[in-house]
Amino acid sequence: MLRLYKTELSSRLLLGTAQYPSPAILADSIKASGTEIITVSLRREMAGRKSGDRFWSLVRSLGTHILPNTAGCHTLKEAVLTAQMARDVFATDWIKLEVIGNHDTLQPDVFALVEAARILSDDGFKVFPYTTDDLVVAERLLDVGCEVLMPWCAPIGSALGPLNLYALRSLRGHFPEVPMIIDAGLGRPSHAAMVMELGFDAVLLNTAVAKAADPVAMAGAFALATQAGRAAYRAGMLEPRDVAVPSTPVIGKAVFAQ
Amino acid sequence: MKLFVNGEPHDVAAQSLDALLRELEFEGEWLATAVNGELVRSPDRWACRLNDGDRVEILTPRQGG
Repeated sequence: MLRLYKTELSSRLLLGTAQYPSPAILADSIKASGTEIITVSLRREMAGRKSGDRFWSLVRSLGTHILPNTAGCHTLKEAVLTAQMARDVFATDWIKLEVIGNHDTLQPDVFALVEAARILSDDGFKVFPYTTDDLVVAERLLDVGCEVLMPWCAPIGSALGPLNLYALRSLRGHFPEVPMIIDAGLGRPSHAAMVMELGFDAVLLNTAVAKAADPVAMAGAFALATQAGRAAYRAGMLEPRDVAVPSTPVIGKAVFAQ
Repeated sequence: MKLFVNGEPHDVAAQSLDALLRELEFEGEWLATAVNGELVRSPDRWACRLNDGDRVEILTPRQGG
């Protein structure tokens, strides 16, 4: 059972709601993934449109937990205000905290991130920080009150998969009790299985599902891979070795010729 | 009074944030509001007096990753 800020969850897959071909495919993908947490954002409303109401009605009908984000915020002040506005609308103190520091890589500004996490944690928010795989930044985020970490494994939407296995192993090894969700950069189900095999607690997906040729089928594939990776981690995997070792017993093998 | 609403200039008669939402037909049930970079929670909109040049943000739930 996954436990995030005292909320217990069966699914270890979190799903973003952006970029799907249609609202129906979004809804079916959410169902196929088995996710219990979906991410949403806040954007400007247009007069007379009630566009947010339609999306929000669809999302609420699916019965999952809601994790609002601060996507697109580039400053501490923007991120904190967006989090406050999200809490007012979504009536949750969960916030996926993003403070972007670089336009090309969407790499988080970890200095502003830590400060925003401190301000929001002090204000009662349960912060899910989108961070890099940097060990020291992770420690600072825990120091200021975060109880969950969401490191990237590659830039958002890149589909590159885990780029720095050393850093990910290091993070996992240093904070074995902290729930950690790989937040960005996963492209294929095998990537999800790989980070779950490393012992990460969950994965957060969006682009890899939404932009697949068949998002609903891909949501199901990621669900299976996430479960397989977790099961493998718990089962204890064989360490790689450089020499061949026969799996069939050698003793008792017939000798046919000399 | 001239205000900036979601980045666009508007000439409005409304004196409060609550009245502004009605005047500009922001009718959605699920709105978050801020004036000059400060959150204004929905129960406080009626008491939020607006001034010339104020910057108002009106946000609503959207898809997000």
